[in-house]
Amino acid sequence: MKLFEIKGGVLPKDHKELSANKAIQEVPMPLELSLPMHQHIGIAAKPMVQVGERVTKGQLIGLCATQCLEGSASNNRITAPVHAPTSGRISNIAMQRSPHPSGLPEMMVTLQPDGADRWGALPRALDPASSSASELVERIQQSGIVGMGGAMFPTAAKLEARKYSDLHSLIINGAECEPYLTADDRLMREQAQKIVDGIVILQHILNVPNVIIAIEDRRVHAVDAMRTAIGAHKGMSVVLVPTRYPMGSEKHLIKALTGQEVPSGSLPSSLGLIVNNVGTAYAIHEAVRLGQPLISRIVTVSGGAIKNPGNYHVLLGTKVSHLVETCGGFSQQPEQMMIGGPMMGLPFSDLEVPITKGTNGILALTKSEVKPGTHRPCIRCGACIPACPSGLEPQDLFVLVRNEKIEPAIDAGLADCILCGACSYVCPSHIPLVQFFNYGKGQALEMRNEVVRAARLKQLSDERSVRVEEKARQKKAKQEARKKAIAARKKAQEQERAQAGEVKA
Amino acid sequence: MLIAVVALAALGVLLGVILSMAARFLSVDSDPLADELEQMLPNLQCGQCGFVGCRPAAEALSAGEIEVTLCPPGGVALAAKLAEKLHVEIDLSKMDHEPLVAFVHEERCIGCTKCILVCPTDCIIGAPKKLHTVIASACVGGAACLEVCPTDCIEMVPVTIKEASVQSWNWPKPGSPQSSSSLHSKSSQLATGGAD
Repeated sequence: MKLFEIKGGVLPKDHKELSANKAIQEVPMPLELSLPMHQHIGIAAKPMVQVGERVTKGQLIGLCATQCLEGSASNNRITAPVHAPTSGRISNIAMQRSPHPSGLPEMMVTLQPDGADRWGALPRALDPASSSASELVERIQQSGIVGMGGAMFPTAAKLEARKYSDLHSLIINGAECEPYLTADDRLMREQAQKIVDGIVILQHILNVPNVIIAIEDRRVHAVDAMRTAIGAHKGMSVVLVPTRYPMGSEKHLIKALTGQEVPSGSLPSSLGLIVNNVGTAYAIHEAVRLGQPLISRIVTVSGGAIKNPGNYHVLLGTKVSHLVETCGGFSQQPEQMMIGGPMMGLPFSDLEVPITKGTNGILALTKSEVKPGTHRPCIRCGACIPACPSGLEPQDLFVLVRNEKIEPAIDAGLADCILCGACSYVCPSHIPLVQFFNYGKGQALEMRNEVVRAARLKQLSDERSVRVEEKARQKKAKQEARKKAIAARKKAQEQERAQAGEVKA
Repeated sequence: MLIAVVALAALGVLLGVILSMAARFLSVDSDPLADELEQMLPNLQCGQCGFVGCRPAAEALSAGEIEVTLCPPGGVALAAKLAEKLHVEIDLSKMDHEPLVAFVHEERCIGCTKCILVCPTDCIIGAPKKLHTVIASACVGGAACLEVCPTDCIEMVPVTIKEASVQSWNWPKPGSPQSSSSLHSKSSQLATGGAD
């Protein structure tokens, strides 16, 4: 298959050798699991259990039902349920520190495992061939499956694209381009058959003739495993994409595979494409074939400060500290902890935060692995321009955002920045460019919210003036009616008097 | 000589007629710039700028009598737009951008509903002889309720409309106090440890 070149990008040292050859291991059952109710894009789930209640493995514990969606805008009714990763007792339902870079608390349900790891009643297994697409999508929704590549967009909502666009290809994203991360690579090497089964289910739902499984050309074992697993499946092919960051970004993968660019502000479905991660395909296999909801995922624990880096099959809600302990702890004090990859991941410092549906890696980086925190002025060398995969000019955007010129920055393409960090990586002055763009995007969002609020206030004010006018009109009409009535009565009285006079006369 | 006088006089009369017709039929009753500015303003008639409504404010703006930063409900976004429209330079960072909203001190509220009747956005809820309260997210801070309150129980307070939560949190600006003091100084980004 002919490939196309992507703009920009960088080729950082990938450090995947630290964990690529370590088979996926189970993690000993932790003493406590903390399950955030918001592990997806969209509306948070609400706890469906009480403190002290006993739950079985796979039991629904968090859900945003139809009535809780009612208050939100109809185009935003996206959510995903949360399930118990093991059997045990609910010990707490409270706001706890989230694995978010803000460190702010989030609603979490704490589960104390009882060690029995006993499954509860699961929905029956479905046979994709004899089930309808909507039945399968409903199962995916009920199983709480979200995009496992890290974006955490509810998969069932993504699959709705089949209804309103003419899809022709499904792209399975196995191009794990972030340095250090090997979770998808290992999953493909060890569970290729199940991933392919998940892909078959997706293909059945979407009714697309072509499936492209994109894998980085360096991941030879994964390529072999997937090719073997595909066997004689029709329309499915494994395509090797060049190792280059950010090849795993949805838009760039599409560019490399088809030569088409997803227009700014639209989705791949506008090109008839839909992209899903290999981990998502695996989760779909489990949900459909076994009726098991999403309760665990593969996490790479790596970085220079981890004693035994590796890939782990982790129950959702497991604390990072427990995972680090499983890896033998730290070999040295880490300079920076990251959730996700080193380029786009989120920094955190508190190890007592849980693994969520989107956590593909936990990194403990040493001082030599991270850039120094101090930065020098921009020398306008332009190194960031060829590095930007979105074709933007980071150095100009940076000046605009730094000077709070958010609207000009949006005009210059701030919304098209995918926050990949390639510009920060190449910057010789160590300017945290991507942080500025993060900040700029936040400000842009706030400005948009302000405009929305102003429009809402205007609407309120207009509605009131209409109402006040209407009231005044009614009052006037009433007054007039009363006046008329009085006049009529007077007239009648006069007539009566006149008649009485006549009679007397 | 006579022809020239007649011709010029005729021309003068003709042009005079054309001009008077134009003045009559193509007349503009209002300042078109003020119209446009009025469209841009929020039209909440809240009176926080010191004018009785958005129309007089727009007229004053078009005459250059007031600054473009006049409108608190419009905020920085509106000020920037007005500045662009009127071709004036402003320093947006100087703009006092802390919205004030009404707050009802409940111990003094007698439930007279007077404030409810004057609120331009219907943001006060209550009923006769029941405590009133303000929906902060819908309050424009017009302070019309302050004047009518018989017990002075309404106060304008600075309010953060959105709660600090994971959903509403935004990245701090690098180099700002929030950024350096906390863990979000994403000092990392992978070191340029040699491409391979």
